[in-house]
Amino acid sequence: MAPMSDSSAATTLLPPGSLPLDELIACPQCDALFHARMPGRGQRTSCARCHTVLIAPRTNAYLRVIALALTIVILMVAAMFFPFLAVNVQGFTNKASILDTALAFLDGGFMATLAVLVAAFIVLIPLLRAALVIYVLAPLAAGRRPLPGARHMFRLSEDLRPWSMAEIFVIGCAVALVKVSDLARVEFGVAFWMFAALVVVIVFQDGIMCRWTIWKALDDTRNR
Amino acid sequence: MQVDDLESTGRHAEPVTARGAGLVACTRCTRVWPMGETRCARCGSELHSRDWRSLQRVWAWMIVGIVCYIPANIFPMLKTQVLFTHTESTIIEGAIELAQHGSYGIAFVILFASVAIPVGKFVAIGFLAWSVRRPERLHPHHRHRLYEVVEFIGRWSMIDVFVVAILAALVQLNFAASITPGPAAITFALSVIFTMLAAQSFDPRMIWDHDGRGPDNHLTSETP
Repeated sequence: MAPMSDSSAATTLLPPGSLPLDELIACPQCDALFHARMPGRGQRTSCARCHTVLIAPRTNAYLRVIALALTIVILMVAAMFFPFLAVNVQGFTNKASILDTALAFLDGGFMATLAVLVAAFIVLIPLLRAALVIYVLAPLAAGRRPLPGARHMFRLSEDLRPWSMAEIFVIGCAVALVKVSDLARVEFGVAFWMFAALVVVIVFQDGIMCRWTIWKALDDTRNR
Repeated sequence: MQVDDLESTGRHAEPVTARGAGLVACTRCTRVWPMGETRCARCGSELHSRDWRSLQRVWAWMIVGIVCYIPANIFPMLKTQVLFTHTESTIIEGAIELAQHGSYGIAFVILFASVAIPVGKFVAIGFLAWSVRRPERLHPHHRHRLYEVVEFIGRWSMIDVFVVAILAALVQLNFAASITPGPAAITFALSVIFTMLAAQSFDPRMIWDHDGRGPDNHLTSETP
């Protein structure tokens, strides 16, 4: 969640007049209608009724978000190839990569479905979302027209947001390590730290991305 | 504080809603369209001013979620083999074992994520869907807060599935020790997914209609 410190007052409640429809904004949570206006630098606009944040622009946001999305892609791909965790019991050792973890359910017959789901939740969906965000924002940052299908890509990325569970997986690692600690000695690999860093980047990226600004940019260029 | 002022004025003067202004709002990108449009021309989402059928979807997903949650607690989540002893443990047995080894914190996390959150979610989603038609039970601000908490926290139940995946991938040390996932892993994961879908199906705008007295549906005549 974004910091609450400098949240500004909400946009004025709309007098039912005749403004063009694309200057209006409806709160997605409570349907209250407002006249959409860009808040001042570093300020946020939230719904006067239910306090849902509606508009929270940042300076250079496109470039920053793209940089963070690239970081996510690089860290995720790199984390696939480095050792993740290893255990050591009385001379026996076993290493597991991130993919091994996702595919742990593969040999369980009907549980293979779960392997696909886990791989999607912790690797594929976070990776796909980062790629979609780059696809949507790169032309906007360069001041060009959006690439074909950009609006559908952005919608897909937003739809997938609750299903990206990398941060839950990291906490899951912590729990698993405590569970296994009286059975074996555990060593962290490079990929573990990469993944932990990745989670911080994902949370930060979601925090600084202003959806309304992006939708408006995608809309404006269409009508140009 | 400014926010409090807005809140109190909002309680007396009901704000203009998109529906009240004869518009239909896109809950995905916050754009508004004339009532009667069926698809948002900006992001391509389906438009519903109020989706009464969404309540049926909420109940349907939730019932499937509850059905999956029952075997998730009966069947073993983890099958552990250390030298020549085999043990199987359900979710709750796993947490009790942790507590017996002195890891009270982790035992609490598991119990909270795997028992308190799912059960709490069933109750909370059920209450939200039920209270749309009996809105006098709780102030809309509180119901909306409940909805936000359910949306935010629901995904975290997946943590136990990830713990099982990590343990099963990591602890594969021939006869010294090995851990394999039990059938509860998949039913539990499905239960979490279905309850997430139930929460996503709920249309929070129905909490706020008529200043919290529910949407203008034929059923509102029931309420005093």
